[in-house]
Order: sequence, then C-alpha cells, then structure tokens
Amino acid sequence: MKVTTENLRSNIIKDIAEISGENVAECYQCGKCTAACPVNQAMDILPHQVLRLLQLGLADEVMNCKTIWICASCFTCAGRCPRDVDLANVMEAVRVILLRKRDSTMLKAEDMPEVLAKGMPEQGIVSGFRKYAK
Amino acid sequence: MRYSYYPGCTLKTTATVLEESALESARSLGIELVEQEEWQCCGAVFPLATDEMAAFLSSVRSLSAASEAGEKLLTLCAACHHVIKRANHVIINNSDVREKVNNYLELDDYYGGQGEVIHYLEMLRDELGFEELSSKIKQPLEGRRVAAYYGCLLLRPAKIMQFDNAENPSIMEDFLAALGAEAVDYPYRTECCGVYLSVNNEEIVSGMVDKIISSALRYGAEAIVNACPLCHYNLLELQKKTPEGEPTLPVYYFTELLAEALGVNSTVKDSAAG
Repeated sequence: MKVTTENLRSNIIKDIAEISGENVAECYQCGKCTAACPVNQAMDILPHQVLRLLQLGLADEVMNCKTIWICASCFTCAGRCPRDVDLANVMEAVRVILLRKRDSTMLKAEDMPEVLAKGMPEQGIVSGFRKYAK
Repeated sequence: MRYSYYPGCTLKTTATVLEESALESARSLGIELVEQEEWQCCGAVFPLATDEMAAFLSSVRSLSAASEAGEKLLTLCAACHHVIKRANHVIINNSDVREKVNNYLELDDYYGGQGEVIHYLEMLRDELGFEELSSKIKQPLEGRRVAAYYGCLLLRPAKIMQFDNAENPSIMEDFLAALGAEAVDYPYRTECCGVYLSVNNEEIVSGMVDKIISSALRYGAEAIVNACPLCHYNLLELQKKTPEGEPTLPVYYFTELLAEALGVNSTVKDSAAG
C-alpha cells in the first residue's frame, strides 16, 4: 500500500467521485458510519476505512474488498454522517464500476427458481439483480 | 378520499395478502384506491449511481399519470415507496435528469415533479387521521403486544423520505395504538433486516434477523408487523433457522392487523389468533 500522486489522480478515483456524486475528502474519520453499520462484523474493511482508502487514492484495496458486496444499502451510515458524505452512494459507485465490466455478473438467472421456491419475493430477486448484475 | 394506487410486482405475486388486506380495509374506511391502468416495476432499489437514468422512467410514468388524474399516488410496498419518492426528489432537484427523462418519455404534459407519492400509513396518519381510524375500529386488538418493525426504506434518507423521525419514529406505534393494540418499544425496530443479501448471503441475514426478533421478544412482543415484502420474508423465513425450542414471533403486514381490527377479514383474524 503506497500513497502516490499518480494513484490520487487516477481515473478510477475520478470515476468513483463522478458516479457516486460524493466528495470523500469531506470525511474526517469520526467512525460514526462504522458504528452505525448493521453488517460491519462481516466486512473485511470497515466503512470509515473505505473512505480513508479512497482519500489516499488506494482504489485497488476498495475494488477488491468484500465490504462493498456486504453493504446492504440501508442508509444508516449516511443518516449519521456529520459531514454529509453518503457512503451508500460511494459503495454503489465502486460496485457498478466492477459490474459494468464484461462477465462480472454475480447472480445467475438459472439459480433463481431455487431461490423463488423458498418464497423469496420478486422484490428480493429484482433487488439482487440490480445490485449484483448489470 | 380517492387515490391512484401503485401496487408494484410483489403485491401481485408473493405478497398478495398485503394488497388484499389493504384494499379490503380501505373499502371499509371509505377510501377509494384506484389501481393505475398502466404501471411498471419500480426497479426495487433506487439507482444510487448518478449516471443511471432508465431506473427513473417507471416512477415518472406513474407519478405523472397520477398527477394528470389530479390524484396522489398511493403505495403499499416500502421499496416501491422509497424508489418513487426518491425519484420524484431527483426530478425536482436535478434539471439534467429531469430534461433527459422528459425527452425520453415524451409525455403529454412536461413532468417537473408536480406529482406526489404517499404511503398507505402516511395516508392513514395525515389524511384520514389516526383518531378517525380509531373511531372505526370494530374489534380492538386489546391486550395484544405488537412490535412495529420499520426497516430502512420508509425512513431513510430522512431528508428525502420525510416519513417520520428516522432515529425515533412513532407512526407504526401510533397506528397500533389506534387499533387498540399495545405497541412494544424495542431498540432494533429501525435496524436493517439484511434486505436482498438473503438472495446469496443468507447467513449474514440470519444473524441480523435474529437480533431484531430476539430484541422484540425480550421486550415482550407477541407478534411483529412490517410494511415491506422483503423484510417480511427475511423476518419470517430466516426465523425458521431458530433452534427448536427457542421462541419465535409471528410476522404480519400492518394491513393484516388493520383488516382484523376493522372486522373485514376473518381469515386474517383466525391466523393471527392462532
């Protein structure tokens, strides 16, 4: 992990900023997002650490973490942020950048009959495909 | 009172009990819910990526049709409500999205966010009034200790949803009180249930559901009510992983208790009593 001006000015950092509409530099690392997160125990990088890594231009660590796929978009973090950084938007931007690459779909339609058979509502299937496939 | 009604996909499939109990109750309360002639899936999740445009189209079609009919658009599913409310907020505040969506849809009237979406619970609170509702209750749910579960989508983001105080809401508790039930206050009522993570990560969701259910049980709840088909599924289905002998909670849509208290749905009453 090395902080370089090259990383800080990389296209990927610009893309995350543009697609999320968020300025990660606003974050002052108070950790309220992490404290509020109901799934933080399952994450490999904590929510406030995602913002810190992006502030330092270390997009690779974020692109390869489990955390972005565990975030449930519950919006609790954003509601408690004293700097008005909407972390749910940042997580989404990283996810869509990855999902828009060819063959990156994480859900298969052929697996869905089994999920539906459990009683999973259509809302769940549609949400899943919106979040794990493009 | 007459509204344009937007059901959404799940109410026509897995969550028919939510729709039936809500429509039956509305009829009994003299509220006319007219299903829109044309509606499409809302997309289930709001497009958080700022460059996604197509996900706004369904919401705008329904909002604009309701507005042209001179009616508010009424929703029941928490996800549909969340998506449509936030889509309208973007249409009002983001001229780029507004122009693109209007150019694409070529509606008769330019849509600038003049429509209004209202959730069934908001309609009961703000337009009918809980006092009026209370006066129409035929079978008060006396002695029933019920935990209200809000989840995420109705409450957050608070500035946009403007549903209730996102950290300390009371609309569902006030609703339960109007039905004559006793609302149980417990700390996990606004915590996320795990939503769509249950499609491919059931284990995490089981842990989240367990926290919510055991918290409600600890505070003496006999049942839990909610307004979202996916919360409903997670709370109900993932509770089945509870070890045998451990207590569990029956899960209802808020409208099931409403129908029961209004005396319009005997099937609901039987299953709730059982």
